[in-house]
Order: sequence, then C-alpha cells, then structure tokens
Amino acid sequence: MTTYYSEEHEWLTVEGDVATIGITQHAADQLGDIVFIELKDEGDDFSQGDDIGVIESVKAASEVYAPVDGEVVEANETLADNPGSLNDQPEGDAWIYKVKLSNPSQLEELMDLAAYKDFIG
Amino acid sequence: MTDAVRKTPLYDLHLELGAKMVDFAGWSMPIQYAGIMAEHAQCREKAALFDVSHMGQVTLHGTNPAAALETLVPAALQTLPEGKARYTQFTNDAGGILDDLIVSNAGDHLFVVVNASMRDQDLPLMAALDGVELTEITDHALIALQGPKAQSILAPLCPVAADLKFMETTTATLLDTPVRISRLGYTGEDGYEISIPEDKAVEITRTLLAHDDCAPAGLGARDSLRLEAGLCLYGNDINADTSPVEAGLTWSIQKSRRTGGGFPGAARIQSEITDGPARKLVGIKPEGRAPARQGVEIQSTSGDPLGQITSGGFGPTVGGPVAMGYVASPHSTPGTAVNLIIRGKAQPATIVALPFVPQNYKR
Repeated sequence: MTTYYSEEHEWLTVEGDVATIGITQHAADQLGDIVFIELKDEGDDFSQGDDIGVIESVKAASEVYAPVDGEVVEANETLADNPGSLNDQPEGDAWIYKVKLSNPSQLEELMDLAAYKDFIG
Repeated sequence: MTDAVRKTPLYDLHLELGAKMVDFAGWSMPIQYAGIMAEHAQCREKAALFDVSHMGQVTLHGTNPAAALETLVPAALQTLPEGKARYTQFTNDAGGILDDLIVSNAGDHLFVVVNASMRDQDLPLMAALDGVELTEITDHALIALQGPKAQSILAPLCPVAADLKFMETTTATLLDTPVRISRLGYTGEDGYEISIPEDKAVEITRTLLAHDDCAPAGLGARDSLRLEAGLCLYGNDINADTSPVEAGLTWSIQKSRRTGGGFPGAARIQSEITDGPARKLVGIKPEGRAPARQGVEIQSTSGDPLGQITSGGFGPTVGGPVAMGYVASPHSTPGTAVNLIIRGKAQPATIVALPFVPQNYKR
C-alpha cells in the first residue's frame, strides 16, 4: 500500500489496481469550511485532468481534478450529508473516491509525502 | 493597480491573531481568523469585531452640506436630525446606483462613510458640490462591533453606547479617546461602528477583544452575515444599471424626495415607484444543498430566462444555501418556484422574502 500526492493537493492510496482518492489536509485548510460536494457516479470513466467533482466552501467553489485515468468504483456517500467531515478528516474517513486505475504508470508522475511537503512549503 | 496594497492601523494585530489576509479594493484585509462558520455564529450569538478601516470616512462642512448632498442622492438629508444616520445611494442620470453610503448628521457637519472600492469615484463627486468642504479622514480606523452582546461589551467602557438606538450616532470618549460611535452595521445584528484615532485603534480593539463574548471576524463572515440579512453588496446586487427601486431600497427614499425629485435619475426612479420596476431583487432559497453563486441564471420552471443570481452562497445560520438575484417582476412573488442553472443542471429553488434571518436591531 503506497500513498501518492498530486500538485492539485489530492492523495491516492493504492492497493492493487484500486486507488482511494481524497484531498489533503492542506487543501482542506485552504478551502475553509466545506459545505457541499458534488461527485461522479459509480462506473463513470475519467481521464487525468478531468473535472471529477466540485467542493464548495462558504467562500467559493473548487473543482476536483482527476490525478490519474480511471473508473469510479465507489464514491463516498457520507460526504453529501456531512461535507464538513472533509475539513476534519480529509485524509481519513472523508476519502472521496475509490477508483480502478486504467493507467497505473501515471502514478510515477505523482509525489511521495516528502516531495509533497516540499511542494506545499 | 500600480499603488502598493494599503494596510489599516490594525494590520499587525490581524497577523498576530492568525488572520488569513487577502487583497480587497487595494487593501490587505483579513478574510478569516478561526473560520467563516465560527465567526458567523459568533456574530449571531455573541459579538464579532470587524476591521472596516478600508471604508472611506469623510466629513462635509459648509453652509448647508445636507442640501448640497441631496443633489447626488435620493434620501432626505435636510430633515435628518442631529445624531441620526441614514442609508442612501449615489445615483446616476439613468437612475442606476453609483455606490451606497451612510450619511450622519454630526451637528455642524455631515459624516459620510462610503465603500472602499468606490472611494476614488465618490470623493470627487462630493468635493465638487458647491459650498461644500470635503475632508477625508485618513487618520482614523473604523471598527464594527456586531452582535447581540455588542452593547454589554461596549457600554461598560462607554456608557452612552447603551442610550443609542439603531441609526443613531454620537461622539463619545472610549478609553480616554475621542471616538464617534454609530449604532448600525452590515450584519443584520445589533451593534456599533466606531471611528477611532489610528494611534489608539489597537489598544481599543484589544480591549474589546479581551471580553469573553467578543472575537474577531473577517470579510468572509461579513459577506455571509449581510447576505442572510438581505443587505445589498455594491458591485454584486446593486450597480450603475440597477435602480434603488429594483433593488428594494425604496424605503430609503423619503416621501419628500419621491415627490420632489432633484437627484440624478429622478425621472426613472419616480416612475418605477409609481408604476413598479420591470425587475426586482428577491431572496432565493435553493431547495438542494448546492450553493448558487453570483452569475447563476434564474429560469422559470418552463425554462424561460428570468434573471441572474447577484449574491449567493451558504448561509451558516440558515444551515443551507441562500441567494439574492433579479427576476422579472411577474415572477418576484414569494413562493414562486424557479430553476437555477448550476453547472449546466437545473436546480429547483423558491423566491422568498428577505431577509433570510430576522434583523435584530435596537429600535
């Protein structure tokens, strides 16, 4: 099980060909109080860079961009009723998607934790 | 913008308090400290303190500055008693709004507060008035203490604060400092705006914040509070195209001015008061959880375009999304069902009466 980080402040924990994706605590802190999330449905395909969801804070709406190509295996249904959990546990219970990777070699373009910590300064 | 970003007298204190700063209208201002939701609740339940020193504070002296200023705004100012403040708008010849402002009768002069973003337009307008001497107050901070506990925080330090009613203003002494205290604000709550000499601003602000019921709040909470209170934001809900009547501000035009006119755009404004405007600013309650933000199209349930959202977001006290926008007058009745086009999808919503949260002023 390895965790990767994207420049769009997402984390991916990979087990086999399935990745669990969420936003980092840094991203959640930058967004502020999160009040709404709109997600894709199970079975939806997407490519790296696609807009795969919207997270709205009190201040503004922000897109979630796909860090890799894949297909939604599961979207975290609990977030719709409890979007604030994205502020409290974005790297834990408030994961966003489980996705089936269709191009695992893209993981090599992502950062490890040390590199991500450097990235956010 | 070529000018350096300006800092208020409270800038260092904001940093010390952990504020996240943003550039706003040429000023570095706190958008939040603890978080918008917490600061919003603090203001509704206890009291929040806002730095609004970026706003333009001016005095108008002269033989009759009220009569002169009446040529620019539709409010009656010559009948404004000493110690009272009035909300009004600068209008243009087409009856649109150039800015909104608060005018106070300070006895031998008028005290005027305008939006930071429109200062460079507004000050020359007023300075050009015949027989008026305009002085910009650049050496005073302006803070807003807002919330149901505002009086119990301020009055022990400044007893006269308890005697003021909504839209009343007075000079006073606060921590041995001469200040101007006005009982008004931009949150829908009871509270005060206090104009303070800049060299005492930090000390007075710290003293107020030391009270258990008081905490700092930033521009983020200021926006969510005013939206729930149904108060217009210049540049969003009102602008050079929207008239005061369309914006639901006819209450701010006293009867003598409705009949007498004598302000820019009077013809349009008077005819809209008589015949009704073609569109109206309304409250809009989305049925789902998705916030509808500025620019979202409003459609009838049969898909006809009705107008646009001008301010929208999440209302922390309401516990869901809230918005304001203009719709064609036949569709402006509270209870009317509409659709909001959010990211290409029609989301159901209802026209509602403003405000979303009852105003809590001390009348």
